[in-house]
Amino acid sequence: MNAPDNVSRRALLTGGLATGLLLAFHLPLRADPNEPVQKDVTDGKFAPNAFIRIDATGRTVLMMPQVEMGQGVYTSISMILAEELDADWDKVEVQHAPPNDKFYANPVFGLQATGGSTSIRAWWMPLRKAGATARAMLIQAAASQWGVDAASCTASKGEVAHAASGRKLGYGELALAAQSQTPPKDVAIKDPKNFVLIGQPLKRLDTPDKVNGKALYGIDAILPDMKIAVIANCPVFGGKVGKVDDSAATKIAGVRKVVVLDDAVAVIGDHMWAAKKGLDAVKIEWNEGPNAKISTKDIWQDLRAASEKDGAVAKSTGDIAKALASGDKFEAAYEMPFLAHASMEPVNATVRVTKDSCEIWTGTQIMTRVQSEAAKAAGVAVDKVIVNQHLLGGGFGRKLEPDMVVAAVRIAKQVDYPVKVIWTREEDIQHDVYRPVYRDQITASLVDGKVAAWKYKVAGSAVIARWLPPAFQKGIDIDAIDAAVDAPYDFANFHVEYVRVEPPAVPTGFWRGVGPNNNVFAIECAMDELARKAGKDPVEFRRSMLTKNPRALAVLNLVAEKSGWGQPLPPRVGRGVCLQPSFASFLATVVEAEIDDSGEIALRRVTSVVDTGIAVNPDTVKAQIEGGLVFGLTAALYGEITIDNGRVQQSNFHDYRMMRINETPKIEVTVVKSGESPGGIGEAGVNAGPPALRNAIYAATGVVLRRLPIDRKLLAVGKKA
Amino acid sequence: MIMVARNLADPIIVSDPANQGMHMATTLTINGETKSFDAPPDMPLLWVLRDILGMTGTKFGCGIAQCGACTVHVDGKAVRSCVLPVSAVANRAVTTIEHVGSTPSGAKVQKAWLDAEVIQCGYCQSGQIMSAAALLAATPNPDDADIDAAMAGNICRCGTYVRIREAIKLAATGRQS
Ligand code: FES
Ligand code: FES
Repeated sequence: MNAPDNVSRRALLTGGLATGLLLAFHLPLRADPNEPVQKDVTDGKFAPNAFIRIDATGRTVLMMPQVEMGQGVYTSISMILAEELDADWDKVEVQHAPPNDKFYANPVFGLQATGGSTSIRAWWMPLRKAGATARAMLIQAAASQWGVDAASCTASKGEVAHAASGRKLGYGELALAAQSQTPPKDVAIKDPKNFVLIGQPLKRLDTPDKVNGKALYGIDAILPDMKIAVIANCPVFGGKVGKVDDSAATKIAGVRKVVVLDDAVAVIGDHMWAAKKGLDAVKIEWNEGPNAKISTKDIWQDLRAASEKDGAVAKSTGDIAKALASGDKFEAAYEMPFLAHASMEPVNATVRVTKDSCEIWTGTQIMTRVQSEAAKAAGVAVDKVIVNQHLLGGGFGRKLEPDMVVAAVRIAKQVDYPVKVIWTREEDIQHDVYRPVYRDQITASLVDGKVAAWKYKVAGSAVIARWLPPAFQKGIDIDAIDAAVDAPYDFANFHVEYVRVEPPAVPTGFWRGVGPNNNVFAIECAMDELARKAGKDPVEFRRSMLTKNPRALAVLNLVAEKSGWGQPLPPRVGRGVCLQPSFASFLATVVEAEIDDSGEIALRRVTSVVDTGIAVNPDTVKAQIEGGLVFGLTAALYGEITIDNGRVQQSNFHDYRMMRINETPKIEVTVVKSGESPGGIGEAGVNAGPPALRNAIYAATGVVLRRLPIDRKLLAVGKKA
Repeated sequence: MIMVARNLADPIIVSDPANQGMHMATTLTINGETKSFDAPPDMPLLWVLRDILGMTGTKFGCGIAQCGACTVHVDGKAVRSCVLPVSAVANRAVTTIEHVGSTPSGAKVQKAWLDAEVIQCGYCQSGQIMSAAALLAATPNPDDADIDAAMAGNICRCGTYVRIREAIKLAATGRQS
């Protein structure tokens, strides 16, 4: 969700926590599973806070409060710390922080969570101050050793220098003395014009081990005596295990044990193949329970009906009723399906449970929640649960849930050796926590070719109510309406409502792009339809309503120029635009697509311009937009989870399709220079893809699509939606 | 340097001989070394690599030859190890991501991948690199159509395709396209 810039929303989300706890002195160092716990991390080290460790050799270890799942955050967070620390970038090492909300809670959530494009926004100031504080202490240590004024010393590349005398000391040489310095109260941070690392397209720290098979994801954990388990969750949501006949399975070579839980069956084997074959051989009768008949058909019927009710008002300015009563009226509803995450690394967790302890090896977006949920499942104290964080082979929100770890703990409890529980791709897709179905209704009126009234009602599941209950207030899911209340245009009469509609039994959660992926689609589709109604060019129409939003206007203008907007195109080729201020960044995108006579779609070109404020690592920003666009375009082209008889109907990449390289067009991303505070970037590209493509199809064919994924049948020549 | 990486000399899982009645002694040449182990003949090479030999660089993504995460080379050709029974590769040369850097095309691809900063989460990239290395070994100067044909079997959920294309051309020509 959009990390609020304004203080009141941040306070709402964090209960006022934020940054006070960041500069602390002791914590257990347990990020590297190969390194034993150190009793006292400050032993011979300079450890001014939870994020920085410098030993006598100058080795500089930075502790990562956010997890690396491809977004490049280990590098960008290190850049922020190293910038203010004036560390020697070539000597910087990265370690994952242990679970500890006291030190490492994401200031936006009050929880050690990575998601919602919050990492850089949330940690920008706290980490700059942490780095600057450490630097000041190192300078003080050198100054007192030399008997000079600290103000006469400077630091750069891991050294403190005294220009007047030509003396220099490395951070390693100063580590011990720095540890006993008093941290300054109000430390000065750098003027951005003096940045030497921030703003540079530095190489990522995590990629060298990713080209040779050395990088370890959760699924790569290997422990002495470990066995491997495959799980079958009840295929019907909420169903239970009935009868189990494991006689054939236990005869298979390599099968160790069949574990029967109340809602799942797992087979433990010497290797994945034995476990898989074993599970195939178990005869399971399920008690399907009350959800055995649910279907997406019924879920949609219920959502459509419920969405007609009045919602909780999230924002209202002007006189919406009066304004809607005049002008040229427009009404539309946009519908978005359930989606699975399908990160390339299927869901997994490795667990060892003993009488009074539990140790976990996994890649999760929520370390502390995993720790506390595992403690409950294992029946041990929270401080007896060790979580070893691995790299994530994609997260996309799936790993903001602890369910896979809890399931692994329940299985591991039954045996006295460590178990790696791997979900097959089929289990991963059929037992996900799905991006909710949404129905968004927009009612507007046009006066003099501009929007005079805009009423937007979002209807869908309230993920926030389950995931961060204190933030769910007055019936409003602040994530589901996040980009709805932040529409960039000058709408004098503006009204946003939210109707909470929970689909029966289907678990819903965050999916890359989060709430704004429904909002941006609805807003930007409606804007194109309104432009056509007003007889205006879609870019021109948007431009005319951006008088108060110079950053949005600037990216829109630049993308129009770079995409060749307005230049003639062949028949059945169109350009579509999407403009969005999301996650405190501004992104404008143009998709060019061709629709053949059968309705098949070929992407020809994608152009994006992003203003994310200060781009900590501009190459990472580009990469996130490129990848986000593919993620979003995949959803627009193919993404839909359907349910029948209580079961998810898709199972693997043949029927839950992904865009491939042969479908990927040229993607050009321009990162605009800006001095504003950094915005979020991981989600934004995702949300740009679907409306920009849909608007390109609208331009090419005139067909009004209001539902995702795109229905090719409506696009064949001779068809009209 | 990231601390989350394995020293390839670390201990690996070993199957218990007491429970291997139906297994077969198998010998494979993997990365130029002879490896002997017991495994059921229908066991896919992927799981032999990962769970018996402890070589986790080769990844599991789908298990049905849809995603390419498990790609290895058998006699220099890219194959999906998740559907390749180990009995089918006896006496053939298997190369995995751990060793592809010792082939000329593999080394070029790895370097280009880092120069073009292709990688995001990286989970698909073992397979992408193996497919790209096999492509370049067979077609030293691939055009877009060659690249599409060779790489369409490899899904990247992080969406790194644009850079993959760029990096293959970079590896082929030594020049940024
Ligand atoms: S795991 Fe083999 S192709 Fe997907
Ligand atoms: S880099 Fe993450 S799946 Fe390809």
